[in-house]
Amino acid sequence: MSPRLRWRKFVSGFMLTMTGVCAVVAVAVLFFILGYLVYHGGTSISWNFFTKLPAPVGETGGGMANAIVGSAKLLLLATIIGVPIGFFGAIYLAEFSGGPIAFVVRYAADLLNGVPSIVIGIFAFTLVVQPFKHFSTLAGGFALGLMMIPITLRSTEEFLRAVPRALREGAMALGASKWKTISTVIVPAAYRGILTAILLAFARVAGETAPLLFTALGNRFWSPGWNQPTASLPAMIYTYAIAPYEDWHRQAWAAGLVLLGLILVINIVARAILSRGIAVPRS
Amino acid sequence: VATSTTAVPSAGPVAGSRSFLSRLRDGDEIARLITFLFAASVVLITLLLVFELWQGSVLPRHKFGFSFFRTSVWDPIFDQFGALPFIYGTLVTAGVALIIAVPLGIGAAIFLAELAPARVSDTLEFFIDLLAAVPSVIYGLLGVFIVVPLMREYIQPGLKKTLGFLPFFQGPAYGLGFLTAGIVLAIMVIPYIISVSREVLLSVPRDQREAALSLGSTRWESTWKVVVPFARGGIMGSIFLALARALGETMAVTMVIGNTPTISASLFSPGYSIAAVIANEFTEATGAMYTQSLIELGLVLFILTFVLNGFARLLIVATSQRGAGMGHT
Repeated sequence: MSPRLRWRKFVSGFMLTMTGVCAVVAVAVLFFILGYLVYHGGTSISWNFFTKLPAPVGETGGGMANAIVGSAKLLLLATIIGVPIGFFGAIYLAEFSGGPIAFVVRYAADLLNGVPSIVIGIFAFTLVVQPFKHFSTLAGGFALGLMMIPITLRSTEEFLRAVPRALREGAMALGASKWKTISTVIVPAAYRGILTAILLAFARVAGETAPLLFTALGNRFWSPGWNQPTASLPAMIYTYAIAPYEDWHRQAWAAGLVLLGLILVINIVARAILSRGIAVPRS
Repeated sequence: VATSTTAVPSAGPVAGSRSFLSRLRDGDEIARLITFLFAASVVLITLLLVFELWQGSVLPRHKFGFSFFRTSVWDPIFDQFGALPFIYGTLVTAGVALIIAVPLGIGAAIFLAELAPARVSDTLEFFIDLLAAVPSVIYGLLGVFIVVPLMREYIQPGLKKTLGFLPFFQGPAYGLGFLTAGIVLAIMVIPYIISVSREVLLSVPRDQREAALSLGSTRWESTWKVVVPFARGGIMGSIFLALARALGETMAVTMVIGNTPTISASLFSPGYSIAAVIANEFTEATGAMYTQSLIELGLVLFILTFVLNGFARLLIVATSQRGAGMGHT
């Protein structure tokens, strides 16, 4: 083997090994994050965390029950706003339209998807907080719902399109109307994909903090109804992490563990649902 | 990122021959109308968003004009607003993030697309997707309690000792600052670079690799001189996508950048970013000019990410289609 060839082979082997190192480093970060959160959060989490209100400033103890309920309410609202618009919009895109209107809708959705979450927060502020004159669960849920729309819309459309043409034609040949075909054949055939799309959109907004800062604001007490400022897990993590109290840091870790656990579980479930379904494109 | 371009046949011959009334009775026209309203609301919301940002920032746009971007006095008491330090901080942190994330991300993508067996590649990609799902406040939490002390105790003193002659690595080591924010951002955007670049690399036709190998190139030469150049556009797209994410990222940056409006060549210096100043000051902003100046910052952020995302999508779609087109010949 000539020295030149030997050198080239060495370079090849070396660089390819380096790419492997890059991949390992990237994936190791995930396990590092998980490990650290489980270690720190696991030692801080307790029954009180789920059942108690935050303790007054300066006292130790207490929990984040109000933030957990607040997050649940915000996400419920977000789902009510985001999923129907995304789902029915996707049906329009995939089944009723092919022309310039579809292009415009897709473009708008992609644009909305790329908007930084803090800007969504500003938008929700000007639209919901300013007219009502106060921060509220409603405004926070609205901001999160906006973020769910483009994710649900674009992936649902992909999954609807992936339904084999033969199914459509079979239904049509039996004399079913277009709407009948969609509601009884196409949507049921794509339901795993649609469920996955909704779950992923849900998981994505579950951890969003920036749009909540000046919509839902935060609250150290229970937030009755939908018209009051409310605590939420992500915003609590932020507030507690930058506060100077040791006990709050501990609780921030616990909240981080709960939040990340929830999000990762939803992600894994969503992908498991998909992998057991019919052949569909990865999105 | 797979975007399907197949047009769905609109109604087909069957529906075409039926009268409007019978379609109405079957509910087709009603269904079309209802779903159309939902789809149209997406467009409406997006237009409203642009309108609100534009309308909401009318005062500072008229009063300061371009000097808003060139001056660095941010004084709510005298209603003087110049955004230069925030723009600087945003660009510097995003720049640092890319310098770290691009080589790592592309390296990992090459491994996943070219070397790893399909099953390993898919498994690793699954973990990468999970990494992309970690919310930014969690990165901020880890940033505050792990990265910042690490920077203060080890990395910044180490850099000062070895590369301290450069203006970038001077000054006291606070831990918080541009460099720390850049590193946390890098960790956050790496998954996006990997996922998109991997897709694009996988779409490069097989015969490109085989041709290079049959001409006697090594595995690395075929990858680096043939496959990567072929996918260049899409890889650039993934970088723009990552840049857009980095520019608009709020929570993690706010928690580790130091929140001090400074323009300094030193990366150790605490700074501020556009998103961070909005997050910190929006609720406290009193007076129309103050609030509207923050909204104008939001508008700047919106325009930046809008341009970058559009550009990225164009590059990625063009490259994927090129691969698909060549694959058939």
